[in-house]
Amino acid sequence: MTDLSTGATRRALLATAAGGLALIAFGPSIALADAKMVGDEVKKLFGDKPVKDGKIKLDLPSIAENGLVVPLSFEVESPMTPTDYVKSVHFFAEGNPNPLVAAFTFTPLSPKAAASIRIRLAKTQNVVAVAELSNGEIWRAVKEVKVTIGGCGG
Amino acid sequence: MATPTPRIRMPSTAKAGEVIEVKTLISHPMESGQRKDSAGKPIPRKIIKQFVATFNGKEVFRVDWHPAISANPYQSFFLKVPETGTFVFQWIDDDGSIYKAEKKVTVN
Repeated sequence: MTDLSTGATRRALLATAAGGLALIAFGPSIALADAKMVGDEVKKLFGDKPVKDGKIKLDLPSIAENGLVVPLSFEVESPMTPTDYVKSVHFFAEGNPNPLVAAFTFTPLSPKAAASIRIRLAKTQNVVAVAELSNGEIWRAVKEVKVTIGGCGG
Repeated sequence: MATPTPRIRMPSTAKAGEVIEVKTLISHPMESGQRKDSAGKPIPRKIIKQFVATFNGKEVFRVDWHPAISANPYQSFFLKVPETGTFVFQWIDDDGSIYKAEKKVTVN
């Protein structure tokens, strides 16, 4: 009796676990394909250099009512001197038809590695910022934006 | 399409080495190439693909834009004013046109 009950519990548990796993695997699988594309783009640009999280202050709304115009601001922590500055900041969208959004190139003449733009987002998705410093370090920041009305196609 | 008109807001005077914020806006549809017209035919892509800022002929800031940039692209960023001189801003269109704007900054 004890065996049976434990067996049943185990079966139930396994079933739930499997179901849960399937759900997890299915849920983000659509986004994952795009996240992979973003990953590929990053790889294309920076090869196998290690990517660390941080340093970039990414300012995006958590909820964007209109995906056609989503304000985006950022600032990368850096002294911006000729020997230590931010070379570039690339932006990617994981759920847009094209993962590329914008690529900023800074020079030691830029006093701050900061800027603001307005972007289009097709649906709720992650926006990824990748900064390359003059010393070769790669930093990354990710922010999810929930989009009520998509901004592509139509 | 009307010729895109650039608009720039920045101070015309600054102290030497001062950091100024530049706000730019240009009228442009930034056609993404993803949209279809009423007949279901795709509308070809036509965007401004690059924005470049130079100071006295030297590049200080550049952005590559992709179709994910909103129509009438807005761009704000920061510049340092080392001396009296001219900032030139250029928007480069897919079709090769260049829309140009200049701003003089006097160091006092």
